[in-house]
Amino acid sequence: MFTGLWLNTWIAASVVAVVAGTIGFFVVLRGSAFVAHAIPNGAFAGAAGASLIGVNTIAGLGVFSLLGALAISWLGRRGRHDVVTALSLVLMLGLGSLFLSFSVEYAPEIYSLLFGEVLGIARSELWPIAGLGVVCLLAMAIVFRPLLFASVLPDVAEARGVSQYRMELCFLLLVALTTTVTVPIVGTFLMFSLMVAPAAAARSFTNRPAVALLLSVAIALVTVWGAIAVSFQTNWPIGFFVGAFGVLSYGSGRLFAVWRGRRVVRHDVEPAVVAV
Amino acid sequence: MSGVWSWLVEPGFFSTPTVQVAALAGGVVAFTSGVVGLFTVMRRQSFAGEALGDVGATGGSGAFLVSINPLWGFLGAALVAAGFIEATGTRRAKSQDLATGIVLGTALGIAALFLYFDTTHSSTTGASITVLFGSLFVIDTSIVPAIVGLSAAVLGAVLLLYRPLLLATLSPDLAQARGIRVRLVGAAYLVAMAVSVSLAALTIGAVLATALLIGPPATALQFVKRPGLAALVAGGIGVLATWLGILLAYDSYYWPPVEHGWPVSFLIVALVFVFYLLASGLTVARRRRGVARHDGPALQVTGEQA
Repeated sequence: MFTGLWLNTWIAASVVAVVAGTIGFFVVLRGSAFVAHAIPNGAFAGAAGASLIGVNTIAGLGVFSLLGALAISWLGRRGRHDVVTALSLVLMLGLGSLFLSFSVEYAPEIYSLLFGEVLGIARSELWPIAGLGVVCLLAMAIVFRPLLFASVLPDVAEARGVSQYRMELCFLLLVALTTTVTVPIVGTFLMFSLMVAPAAAARSFTNRPAVALLLSVAIALVTVWGAIAVSFQTNWPIGFFVGAFGVLSYGSGRLFAVWRGRRVVRHDVEPAVVAV
Repeated sequence: MSGVWSWLVEPGFFSTPTVQVAALAGGVVAFTSGVVGLFTVMRRQSFAGEALGDVGATGGSGAFLVSINPLWGFLGAALVAAGFIEATGTRRAKSQDLATGIVLGTALGIAALFLYFDTTHSSTTGASITVLFGSLFVIDTSIVPAIVGLSAAVLGAVLLLYRPLLLATLSPDLAQARGIRVRLVGAAYLVAMAVSVSLAALTIGAVLATALLIGPPATALQFVKRPGLAALVAGGIGVLATWLGILLAYDSYYWPPVEHGWPVSFLIVALVFVFYLLASGLTVARRRRGVARHDGPALQVTGEQA
């Protein structure tokens, strides 16, 4: 279970979990689950296009997730945010179906992009993954404070000179970068689960941002590790267990929030960041 | 004149049975999606609309696994998901976004499992890809009556809900004061949307279902301010995009780079997107010139509780 290709799986999945758990904190804080769904999903069209013209699929993913982020940000200036996200997503997926219809062989390739290929990672692929993961975390560390400010108190942040629009763009670019790192490993579907469920669970357990962030990363790691272990035993797909564990952690978070909710009322403590 | 006509419309276009079925089923679904989608856009539920299509697809592959009619798989999964979204989320936009995300994540996990069973037991890998992208040209004719009937039911439900739903959407507080049960109306609408989206996803693929649910209403709302009229215009735009897309796909057999036709889903999505861009560009230009006389974008206001 910890040898050869399986060891590579453990390492790569841990990198993905840390990155996804961190960005997920902001996804949940900003209520941007739709964006977290749209950018990775749409970016897979880029990979399809890249494989059509014979370029590295990671480059295609990167270009398309970047384009998707820019399109959502640009169109979002004068349209409904959820509307332009939906339209950008369907346009990218439509392009994906166009690329697929032009290329001859596609089914297994696409399957692996949607559902990931956690079990086929070579040792040589680990370094770029780890490197990009570090870049992601560094970028997030740089924008952490202003982004947190703009996410929690948008109006006050705007008054203090933190541009709402620029922060939104920062956030979208972060999601795009994360997508490029993680989608080749875990696939678009799994990536989405990892960005939303652990962070949502963490938010239910605590109101303090730093604690929530760490907890989110921890839950993401436990989810991934548990999923790999159970998948190793049962031979069922990892994606299923990531989804299932994600829902379990979110459910227990909600239960905890309900239980604590009573306590908070009794102690008359105002939560700093309003729990979901 | 006839030369231009036959250049625009390939000979034999109207007499091809595939085209007839596609135009009928696609038109019905596009119109229903446009009307239902008006409220989806106004209520900021695009994500829920998108997610219900994907969840429906999961149900479809589940139905495939136990070999029942996929229609029931699509409908059942979408309805269950709508129930969960309604039960977990509240009226606050962020919280509903999160609830939708959790439901969608779970459904995708289950989809992975179904696909695993499908491939190990019957080796049909392409199932989920077909479900995701679909095609108007491979509609199973036996489900067309069901599609038409259920679409009519959805339209009837929206008509019945129209007035309370509109008030609950534009001003929840006012609606509450008027004695409308806002939560119940919202839940009923979510059910109608689930049925509409899953029908569309089954007929034309999950991607196109979202495009037709969101694109035409968002386009219509740019230049029509009266909600009832906007719903009809949105339905019309959806039908127009669908039929034009079918026509272009039929013509595209002679287009480069490959001689086998462009996917109809892509063409319709592209048309929907172009329509939206044109409408929003026109709105911006008009506003800059100061032509827009009443400044208050009446329908843009929704009761958003931050």
